Amino acid sequence: MSERNNILGRIREALKVSAPLPGLHGDTASAHRSTESPASHAREWLPSVGASSEEQVALFAKNAADLKADFQLFASRDELIIALIKLRDTEKWSRVASHGGGLTNFANKALGLPVTLTDHGYNVQEMEQCDAGITECDALIAQTGGVVVTSRSAGGRALSVLPPHHVVIAQRGQLVSDLPTAFANLQSKYAPDFPSMISFITGPSRTGDIERILVLGAHGPKKLTILCF
Amino acid sequence: MSSNVSDFKTRATEKAGDLRHRSVIRTALRSYEIVRDKRKAAFQSWESARQAAAETKWEAVNHLDKHLEALTAKLEARGTKVHWASTGAQAREIIAQILRDKKARSIIKSKAMTSEEIHLNDALEKEGFTVVESDLGEFIVQLRHEPPYHIVFPSMHLTRGEIKDLFLKELGDAPSDSPEELTMVARRVMRQKYITADVGFTGANFAIAETGMISITENEGNARITAALPKTMITLMGIEKVLPRFSDLALFLPMLATAGAGQPMTCYNTMYSGPRQPGEVDGPEEWHVVLLDNRRTELLADAEQRDALHCIRCGACLNVCPIFRNVGGHTYGTTYSGPVGAVITPHLRGLQEWKHLSNASSLCGACTEACPVKIDLHHHLLQNRRNASASQPSFFEKLAYQVFGIVANEPAFWSLAKKIGWLTQPLQRAIKGSALDPAKAWTKTRDLPPQPRESFKDWWSNRK
Repeated sequence: MSERNNILGRIREALKVSAPLPGLHGDTASAHRSTESPASHAREWLPSVGASSEEQVALFAKNAADLKADFQLFASRDELIIALIKLRDTEKWSRVASHGGGLTNFANKALGLPVTLTDHGYNVQEMEQCDAGITECDALIAQTGGVVVTSRSAGGRALSVLPPHHVVIAQRGQLVSDLPTAFANLQSKYAPDFPSMISFITGPSRTGDIERILVLGAHGPKKLTILCF
Repeated sequence: MSSNVSDFKTRATEKAGDLRHRSVIRTALRSYEIVRDKRKAAFQSWESARQAAAETKWEAVNHLDKHLEALTAKLEARGTKVHWASTGAQAREIIAQILRDKKARSIIKSKAMTSEEIHLNDALEKEGFTVVESDLGEFIVQLRHEPPYHIVFPSMHLTRGEIKDLFLKELGDAPSDSPEELTMVARRVMRQKYITADVGFTGANFAIAETGMISITENEGNARITAALPKTMITLMGIEKVLPRFSDLALFLPMLATAGAGQPMTCYNTMYSGPRQPGEVDGPEEWHVVLLDNRRTELLADAEQRDALHCIRCGACLNVCPIFRNVGGHTYGTTYSGPVGAVITPHLRGLQEWKHLSNASSLCGACTEACPVKIDLHHHLLQNRRNASASQPSFFEKLAYQVFGIVANEPAFWSLAKKIGWLTQPLQRAIKGSALDPAKAWTKTRDLPPQPRESFKDWWSNRK
């Protein structure tokens, strides 16, 4: 407790002298400050996203491809399931990890493989041996080509990073235009009782630590597949 | 203490002449600039975003007490234990005590520059704990027993061949020098370490006062796994990392990714608001957040340079700095190198001992231009020079300027000096750069232009 008071005391002492406003090289005379949050117009400065939902789907697909994620859009859930089974066969999956949910239950049943479900606790070694982790998500973001998962809606913290292939099952209605919308939605959906982990996943795990050359699957999944209908 | 200066000079001279080093760094940073400029151009207005980011950080840092109290209250309400450390020694002791209480043996770490700042690994290893860095670049430099070369790209000074040899020697495993295969070696080594580690350790990129969260940015997924599997999690963060609102991240996350590595978004941006909560299936049972001052409040007290605490550690100023590119990261001998390191290190570790870093600058302003939160970096380098000479003036420099002031103010002296200059310049050329030359540090690598026979003043009065 005493260090807390010491640090806060030093901060208050330091802040008695006010600092020049940013970007003005110490010139405070021309400073104009409004009461709204400086970042509240972020939408107008971030990369543009297009107005229609078709444009945003196309943007998501383009961004996901740039990130080397595999995004597939289907007309119906049945078509999605056919693609998922094809994935199972080409990659020769023998076991998957997943969690209970409206979309995942259907997918796991159709796969017909042994499933490590995380809902009531799980064995970490067993999950590590799984060929894929199949989860739902909170949102797809057109602006970045990424997905949002949380510890509550996507089977915990480890499921989306431990298996070598992360498969997201999503619905088209989950696509949002940009990052400010994604943050606003999370806040209205969860606040004040947030899931203990919220993760913005933008492409499969990667590193450039050796000669700045891109390698996928540094520690997290080597592949990210987003199946959407 | 002057050994800091002579060490810097020795290493800088050596690195600047090292052709291999120059080519490795040039290659790495050339591609950075290309992709970063492409990502910046994708913004509708990068400049407006910078100004808003600077104003948001200004608001955060200038009400730091209020935001830290809000952050702490929110974190504690969800079962997180918050610790406060005024010094590096206190932070090390807090962390070691948690490990002793938990009877922990092994710690898996994701990248944290604050832990480099307080030399945490050395302290924990001395107490017998096993510490493994999980970020690939950090793992590589840990195997080499050296500090990170760069705050974002720790191993950018090494070639794939060197990393292959290192893996062969230390791990007995390196199938080839392909970056892909070497990365997979590290992946295999690390997998079991995550599962068996007693404690997971992380840094922090941002903290959110409004919602009580710590946000961690990474590409590899190692921090995600570190925060998922071990039963105890420890996060060390500098007190300046706090942002007011959750929605501020919508601006800061893409800006950090763009400025830092030319990415639209870093692969994983994860907000943690507590240990495992009721109804959740995994995550640590205990989460300790250690808030570190370590003389940040001294920088805060310098209102003129307070904006240096806005730094989001993206590394953009290092990447564009002509000095960093020539002398390299290790030459600085500091945790934070490059322009921002030269600005903050004198505050964090002593002005007189580290003032020389402020002179390792051409004042070109490339750093200020690159900074996503508009820190006035090159002006701060000038201010550090001013403050250093005001608090401990150099006798010879003072004398030289006094003499110059007298001569320059008196036309008779000035004209005499011109004539003497005419006579002494050939003499100076004879001893140029040698031990006899009082200005040898400057003249060794520089030529003075010959003094013209006729001065401008003479020419002016003789014209017609």
